[in-house]
Order: sequence, then C-alpha cells, then structure tokens
Amino acid sequence: MKIFLQYDIQKMCAAILEEQLGQFELNYTVLGTGEVEFLTPPDTQTLKIIQEQLKKYGIRIIETPKNILVEKIKEAIFEMVYKEDDLPASKISTYLSGKLHHSYGYLSNLFSETTYSSIENFIILQRIERAKQLLLTDELTVSEIAWKLNYSSVAHLSTQFKNVTGLTPSAFERIIRKRRLTVSTVRPGP
Amino acid sequence: MELEPIYVLLADDDDSDRMFFTDAFEEIKIKTVVQTVKDGVELTNYLSVPELIIPHVLFLDLNMPLKGGMECLVEIRQNNRFKDMAIAIYSTSASEEDIEDTFVKGANVYIKKPSDFNQLKKLLTKVISMNWQYHTSWLNKEIFLLNL
Repeated sequence: MKIFLQYDIQKMCAAILEEQLGQFELNYTVLGTGEVEFLTPPDTQTLKIIQEQLKKYGIRIIETPKNILVEKIKEAIFEMVYKEDDLPASKISTYLSGKLHHSYGYLSNLFSETTYSSIENFIILQRIERAKQLLLTDELTVSEIAWKLNYSSVAHLSTQFKNVTGLTPSAFERIIRKRRLTVSTVRPGP
Repeated sequence: MELEPIYVLLADDDDSDRMFFTDAFEEIKIKTVVQTVKDGVELTNYLSVPELIIPHVLFLDLNMPLKGGMECLVEIRQNNRFKDMAIAIYSTSASEEDIEDTFVKGANVYIKKPSDFNQLKKLLTKVISMNWQYHTSWLNKEIFLLNL
C-alpha cells in the first residue's frame, strides 16, 4: 500500500528547532528561511551541542557571527595588501578597527582564538604571498617588489621572506620555474 | 568555535621515529588525527583506497626500503586526486641541491629531522599551522613552500 506525503519544510524545521533549542530554554526567533536570532547568545559549549544535534537532522549551522567577523578581518587584510598603496604597519590597528567597528583588541583576540595565527602573522603571510606572486610574473625585480609592498629595503623583504618560507626569494623563484618546466615535459599515461 | 582536526598521514619505516612523530603531534596545540604507514608500498596501497579521506598533510621519510620517499613523491604528484594534499619530506641530512630537488619534484615542505623533541614540536606546529592557512585563506597551494 502506498501513501503520498507532502512536506512543509518550514514547519518541520520549526518543530525540530523547538525540540532542540527548547531544552536549553533559549529565547529565539526564526526569521524567514535559515535565520535564527537569539535574544541572548548561547555560550560556545551550548552552541556546539546544538550544532551536533542539528547535524543528525541534516541541519548545519553554516556561520556564526564570530566566524563571519574573522572572514571580514581576512578580507580587509587581503584588500590592504593587494591595494596599490599599502598602509604602514602602525596604522593597521586603526584601519581594521575603523573598518570593522570593533576595538583592535577585540578583533585581535577573536582572530587568535578562531584561527591558528595572529593578525600580525596573517598580514606578514599575505604580504609574502603577494611577493611570491610578483616574483613569478617576471615583470618586477626584487627591489621593485620590495618598494611596491612597502618594505623599507630589499634586505627587509628578503629577511622576512626567508623567515616565513625558509628560502630566499631567488631560490623560491628558481624552484617554481624548474617545477613548471618539469610538469610540462612529463605527462603520465591515461 | 572548535576547529576541525587536521588529518595527517605519516610514512616512516623506523618504529621509534614513527613514535617520535606521533608523540609530538599529540602534544602540539593544533588538533590532529594521525595515521601511519611503514613503507612506500603500504603508502601506495593506503592512498589507493577509493573511500579514503584524503589527508591534509602527508609526512614522508625520504629513506625507506622497497619504495623510497622520492619515488612516492613523484608518483603522488602525478595524480590529480592529491593535488590539495600537502607533502612534507623529512630527512636527517641533505645538501641544498637535494632539498631544492625535492621541492622541484613537488614537495611543499622540507624538514631536516631534529633529534630534539621540543624542536620537532615547534617544526610540526609551523608546518600544520601554515598548511591550515593555505587551506582556509584563499592561498595558492602551488606556491606553498616551507624549508625548515
């Protein structure tokens, strides 16, 4: 015997949420599709339990406000490093706190707690990544790259490059070029 | 929010070295899930399983019997399936030329094996955290190179 079902997803989710969130006595509102607003934010531990429970129903929490803010910090840093005129190090805290409307202390702590790095280290990593890309485009010398990325000297860039990667800029360039040559001449069979 | 663990695969024929590494992984701040294999052949077999969860990082000892680290490295890099898996080669010694050669052949990381446990923990932390940055921050893994 067959019976036919029609699903009301909204109602299903509301019922599941009621069941799962209700047990923690949390005050919340369901706003439209896929958005739940808490009057008082649940603590990290509770949130984790809720996340695990909801997974069983195929409901995933896709972002938390903290994760979203960290992504915004990364985006702001990315933009800063790739813009034509970089801001000097002393202004980074003002830049970020102004752009994201939180104190730099808060942003810094949040970043360190959510990622395996600090904002300062992340900035250095991004600058060196950009240096790598510029090295491989072949249009600029190391001095020109150092100048473009606002390093005080070629030596400063080379030192930081070596600190981050363990290789000199020239060794790095040599390796990637050799690699690309090798790849283009060796083709594995199907 | 708690971070997802990093999946690590370690290939080393020496029992005490494997233990040295797994103990170090256990003590570093970053959460890892470590699998080990004993040689190049076991490694190849392990990686050819279709339902495999592809590790984030493979640590590969250069000197292994039967099938050496270099041979494994070249083979793995020819397989598109593992293009996002970082490979960290380690060895007790190597000339600058040999180190460059392993990078050219597709390694992302070269580690000169330390004998000091704390030093190893520092190195592993650096490798795992940098790899994690590449994994989560739109960085190009093709140019992820780290010489320690």
